[in-house]
Amino acid sequence: MRIVVASGKGGTGKTTIATSLALVAAEHGSVHFLDCDVEAPNAGLFLHPQLTDTKDVGILIPQVNENRCTYCGECAKACQFHAIVTVGKKVLVFPELCHGCGSCALVCPEKAITEQLDVLGVLQGGRASSQIGFTQGVLNVGEPMAVPIIRELKQWELFSSASIEIRDAPPGASCPVVETLRGADYALLVTEPTPFGLHDLKQVVEVARELGIPSGVIINRDGIGNTDVELYCKEIGLPILMRIPMQREIAEGIASGKTLLDVSLDYHLSFKQLYEILLREGNL
Amino acid sequence: MKIAISINGSDLNALFDPRFGRAQAFCIVDSESADYQIFSNAAVAASGGAGVAAAQFVAEYRVDAVISGSYGPNAYETLSAANIKMYTLAGGGELNIQDVIEKFSAGELGEPQVPDHEGFHGRGRGFGGGRRRGSF
Amino acid sequence: MKQLVILSGKGGTGKTSLTAAFAHLASQNQFDNSLVLADADVDAANLELVLQPQMLEEEDFWGGQIAIINQDTCAVCGDCQAVCRFDAINYVDGLYIVDPIACEGCAACAFQCPTESIHMQEQVVGKFIISDSRFGPLFHANLFPGGENSGKLVTLVKQRARLKALDDHSELVLVDGPPGIGCPVISATSGADMVLIVAEPTVSGVHDMRRVLETTQHFGVPAMVCINKADIYPQGVAEIKKYCQENELPLLGEIPFDIAMTSAMVEGEPVTASYPDSPVSIAIADIWEKVIDRLFDSNVDSNLISLD
Repeated sequence: MRIVVASGKGGTGKTTIATSLALVAAEHGSVHFLDCDVEAPNAGLFLHPQLTDTKDVGILIPQVNENRCTYCGECAKACQFHAIVTVGKKVLVFPELCHGCGSCALVCPEKAITEQLDVLGVLQGGRASSQIGFTQGVLNVGEPMAVPIIRELKQWELFSSASIEIRDAPPGASCPVVETLRGADYALLVTEPTPFGLHDLKQVVEVARELGIPSGVIINRDGIGNTDVELYCKEIGLPILMRIPMQREIAEGIASGKTLLDVSLDYHLSFKQLYEILLREGNL
Repeated sequence: MKIAISINGSDLNALFDPRFGRAQAFCIVDSESADYQIFSNAAVAASGGAGVAAAQFVAEYRVDAVISGSYGPNAYETLSAANIKMYTLAGGGELNIQDVIEKFSAGELGEPQVPDHEGFHGRGRGFGGGRRRGSF
Repeated sequence: MKQLVILSGKGGTGKTSLTAAFAHLASQNQFDNSLVLADADVDAANLELVLQPQMLEEEDFWGGQIAIINQDTCAVCGDCQAVCRFDAINYVDGLYIVDPIACEGCAACAFQCPTESIHMQEQVVGKFIISDSRFGPLFHANLFPGGENSGKLVTLVKQRARLKALDDHSELVLVDGPPGIGCPVISATSGADMVLIVAEPTVSGVHDMRRVLETTQHFGVPAMVCINKADIYPQGVAEIKKYCQENELPLLGEIPFDIAMTSAMVEGEPVTASYPDSPVSIAIADIWEKVIDRLFDSNVDSNLISLD
């Protein structure tokens, strides 16, 4: 079963929830935890994996063999992103504009284009415990595109035999979140009961719906703000699966790298209950 | 000499447009015969790589020089590769095509030595082009 | 005219709340209708929720394209699926169908199709909005859920804000930035005179602050730092101070955690307007003075670290 923990608004507690869920799930079976927030991956700070495996990842960008190239410009016409151009007797490639689609190589009448890997980031993986296999993607600083890294991370087969997969998503509701959600069985949406939390929750709910992924909500920092998030969830039939109250003790614990389970044993029970609900959802 | 000027409009009354990649149009003037043609900029709606697209667009018209406000790193690289001389005009948003040509003839225009600004989409590569990879 | 962009790395550190407070403070003292606001977090645009602006104009934002297969002429050969690198073509009930969410818009399938049955169609992927707030014009946008080309939309928002500021001879463009370090952040950083990082002193917050500072440095934009929710983890504050010192970054101040921030958000107001005497507002006002000093004074020694 594949579970994604997403949010819409940043800082609502995705990583907090995802890591705690992973620790509890690990008591019942093998877990593969994927940190898909490749721009700013944090889960490793809480799960402390031994990162024993790495893999450079990126996209395939064109390499032009200028001996065969006739500067006909068909590649430039084909490229939807202006990543390859011909001017006079020169061919220029702009790697940061390239999406790695291969259209240029396809259309070249002289078969003058081959492709090589342009490294955008790295995958790292290893065990966080005997039952938790951990993988993360890390986007290189200065690279704009997170999606290719997330795509590769999902396909990396280091822990593909785990019985449950938990993906920690990036904030927002645009393409990196979509890529993280694709193929998942359930989306746990973490929000806070404030106007910003509600506004952004609506965005990610919409994405999950478009992808046909059932969702449930976790309200974190319950007690601050107002009840609009609750009303919204009831209105659209989104189950509220857990509430975590606003407590300084929790904030301080998370700040120092503790998980919710470290902060209080009560959360062990809450997450076990959540895990059981999710299993039931998975069996439907 | 054929010169392309980035403009904001579609006829000779158009004003100078300081943007290169997303200029509304280009006026291509032959400095000897005073013939001119105006073409809508195909790159204006480009998702990314507007600078590259605009550079390739003007290169197709075999211009010798281009006058605009500033050039991003990809446009700079493409125009350089096409041996098109770049000139810059600061401000100039109230100038019409004739004014710009006069300034050019009077030698009042600047020339960029390096790209003027970070790319607006995708990675800005800093000055001097070249591929910066994340040092991570 | 200066452009200041507020970033964080980690989400939820308080960028938007701070941007709104800065806008309020700026309108009180320094700028007299000379401020232009931009919300570059187009994915989750929250600034309007605390500025209560009047919408003036809304434009469709055309993003990338998607492939459309003409089923009448399609030979059902599967060449399109074979060539697609983004898993965007599925074989469903005897037909090849494009998944619009997965489609990257590269047109490889269109080039490959032997019967020319595929064409590319531009998509409206969001809305670009121009509004008027009581602190100044606000340029913002909403990317539709699942949208691509967030970088392009961020660029549009900032360019229009900048053009407005030039037209109006405004002194400051204040930009609320997105979380992360990828393409929306890169687009938001481009053209900024300075960046202010709102850091939170948690293990995650410090980790992500480093990543975003590496990013702004990579693009050569000077950065300043302030710490929000400073009292929840003193060790984190110490780490941030150390990092700023080692990297010669100005650390402008610490803002305590204060429920007033949330109360003001619920009320739809900047915290400095609703609770001007609260500790959080006092800290923010102090930081704002320092931000302005640095932004508009080219003689400022950027090696100074103010604190203690």
